[in-house]
Amino acid sequence: MSAILPPSERLWWKHPLDRVEGTWIVIALIWCLIMFFMMVGWHLYGKQNLSTETYKTTPDKFSAHAQAMVDKYTVRTETADKVPVVAPPAGSDIYMIARLWNFWPILELEKDKTYRLHLTSMDYNHGFSLQPANINIQVVPGYEHVVTVTPNQSGTYSVVCNEYCGINHHTMVGRIYVK
Amino acid sequence: MSSTTTYRTCPRSGLQFEANAEKLMLANAVAAVVFLLIGGILAVGVVLTRWPAIHWLEADTFYQVLTAHGIDMLIFWIIFFEIAVLYFCSSTLLRCRLATPKIAWLAFALMVIGAITNNVAVYQGGSSVMMTSYVPMMAAPSFYLGLILFAVGALIGCFVFLGTLVVAKKEKTYQGSVPLVTFGAITACIIAVFTIASGAIILIPTFLLSVGVIDKVDPLVYRTIWWAFGHSSQQINVAAHISIWYAVAAIAFGAKPMSERVSRGAFLLYILFLQLASAHHLLADPGLSTGWKVVNTSYFMYFAVLASMIHGLTIPGAMEVAQRAKGFNKGLFEWLRKAPWGNPVFSGVFISIIGFGFLGGISGVMMGTEQLNMIIHNTIYVPGHFHATVVVGTTLSFMALTYFLIPVLFKREMIAPGLARIQPYLFGLSMYFFCLVMMGAGTLGVSRRHWDMAFEGAALAYQWPGAAYLMMGLVGIAGVAAIAGGAIYLYVTVGSLLWGKKLEAGAASTTFTPIPRSAPTVVAQSYGSAGFAAPGTFMLAMVFLVAFVLYYFINWKYLSQVWGLS
Ligand code: HEM
Ligand SMILES: [Cu+2]
Ligand SMILES: [Cu+2]
Repeated sequence: MSAILPPSERLWWKHPLDRVEGTWIVIALIWCLIMFFMMVGWHLYGKQNLSTETYKTTPDKFSAHAQAMVDKYTVRTETADKVPVVAPPAGSDIYMIARLWNFWPILELEKDKTYRLHLTSMDYNHGFSLQPANINIQVVPGYEHVVTVTPNQSGTYSVVCNEYCGINHHTMVGRIYVK
Repeated sequence: MSSTTTYRTCPRSGLQFEANAEKLMLANAVAAVVFLLIGGILAVGVVLTRWPAIHWLEADTFYQVLTAHGIDMLIFWIIFFEIAVLYFCSSTLLRCRLATPKIAWLAFALMVIGAITNNVAVYQGGSSVMMTSYVPMMAAPSFYLGLILFAVGALIGCFVFLGTLVVAKKEKTYQGSVPLVTFGAITACIIAVFTIASGAIILIPTFLLSVGVIDKVDPLVYRTIWWAFGHSSQQINVAAHISIWYAVAAIAFGAKPMSERVSRGAFLLYILFLQLASAHHLLADPGLSTGWKVVNTSYFMYFAVLASMIHGLTIPGAMEVAQRAKGFNKGLFEWLRKAPWGNPVFSGVFISIIGFGFLGGISGVMMGTEQLNMIIHNTIYVPGHFHATVVVGTTLSFMALTYFLIPVLFKREMIAPGLARIQPYLFGLSMYFFCLVMMGAGTLGVSRRHWDMAFEGAALAYQWPGAAYLMMGLVGIAGVAAIAGGAIYLYVTVGSLLWGKKLEAGAASTTFTPIPRSAPTVVAQSYGSAGFAAPGTFMLAMVFLVAFVLYYFINWKYLSQVWGLS
């Protein structure tokens, strides 16, 4: 008779369904399919899809690439720690190291130009949270993630670490300039 | 056979309790409430630190307290309570003895020891790794050991539940199929077995890593398997609290399911598709293919979401049908206006259903969309979402059920019924607001698990917009109100248990009374208009759908404005 008693009809899978239920199931199913194909469609027509290009890497290998870029394209340094500000040419491979507790180096990009941004962590998991654009990507040690980015607005962007990484997690902020 | 046990029939509810099962339910429920108390005290520290104007705790204490808050609430409070619910849904609803009570006590002991071990590890410091404990960040070995012991205990509890179903079948305490609520509990249990297996696969190597037996656990493999455990355990909660919603609809209204076929089919969808859940935590991760993400995050074309949308309709629908049968038949909503709003068992469940659907459901599907996840991942939107599911949905349902159990299982008269009457409103509605403002702050980018939004000591500090500070201030205020609501629940529950007037237990007998066979009835009702049995509920469902569609596409619009990514 009720939900806490055994159903009075033995064959519960033969119970008729009410019109309200039937209608709702059809509507809900259509909506579920729309949402599913929206994700697929955005890969075909949308401009914001997260790349899946990934390589296994080690801190040494990745640092060497980052250092080579810094040696070649540094335009100035900033802050007391003399963090290099690097302005690599449009279309190039650019590197950002996440480690306890900073992002290194500072990048200077051009608006509407495309870059291949390589991300990895030297130690724990970190989070690449680009503000105020609000793009959030997980940074996992041992994995080099190559994300193709096209900044669409000039300005000063911050990279906030938004994966908990220890006691100074809150001081882990990097920077990207877009000209 | 085991004639050492006795059965009593509760004079207030007609439910039959077996002595062993009853003691175990009590023990598990009490342990659950103890961890809710601890987790609630920790919530004070968490929320007063995230409230920028107060910023109470030091960074190390904050991360420690947050780790313990997450684990005590999400794992210990909820799973202890769920074990009690499993025993209730088997032994009590099927009117049979509990299989292997000694082993059930062993399970309970393991869970208690595990929970204490884990808590001690966290309070000793050095294990502030958050409940997710992503490698290579390591906690003390006892942190993992505690979780493993707890999980083994919970797994044994699941098998006691399954064994009890076998006992009921063999001793013929019921005829035909198990009740819908038991069916839902079986769903929860099957998912739990899968979940705990995943937890073992990842926590055991991590424990071995922490004691130096093995030297590496891959961070990405860890995340993938950890979330097969971490998310599936949320689906246990969903299956469990939805079962409770059906139970409360039956208890408060005498409502019966609109269609057993639809409701049970929806539970089956959960079993089939929930294991895919790991994916939506990994959408922003490197190394996983797009196809894998799209198929898995949608639980294979959103079939599990479909199931939840079905339950979301059929439960209020069943209430509406029952109310209309009683004559509350005017217009679309008389059935709802005349509902027992002063009864916390009902109001708690109803506030839970609406909040779970509108806040938890919509936000969850939105941020679980592959591309949209990029504007949400690891922001405070995420705790905003899951406080709507696991607090408004699961916790509030458990609270509502407790109000029913105080006289029935605890055999006590509830103290302070006036306070209990307002509790679901205070707790539920302030939680609604809490979740909304967290989601607001998250939409602006504010990070979760973050001690200081002013970035004290950072050379390149970022300045959050004023609106973000405002939102986080409101998070603080709403959080404090919710904690007050939680405190009332604890006061009423513990107080009733300690000082409530003892109620008559009902005569004990050494044999069970089987559930009588109920006469077949007409299933579909035809009250209401347009041949629709529940037009008011259908209206609510349409409002839900419109909100869902609008919010979903607003976020796509937002996504389309950020940097190009490919
Ligand atoms: C009663 C009032 C509660 C308040 C005010 C509260 C407050 C909070 C806040 C502000 C956070 C986010 C902190 C951050 O990420 O920086 C948080 C995290 C969390 N809360 Fe609650 N909470 C409450 C109850 C609950 C309950 C009942 C549960 C579970 C059933 C729960 C489970 C969690 C979990 C799992 C986390 C995530 C911890 C982590 O990130 O590892 N909370 N809580
Ligand atoms: Cu970090
Ligand atoms: Cu961090």
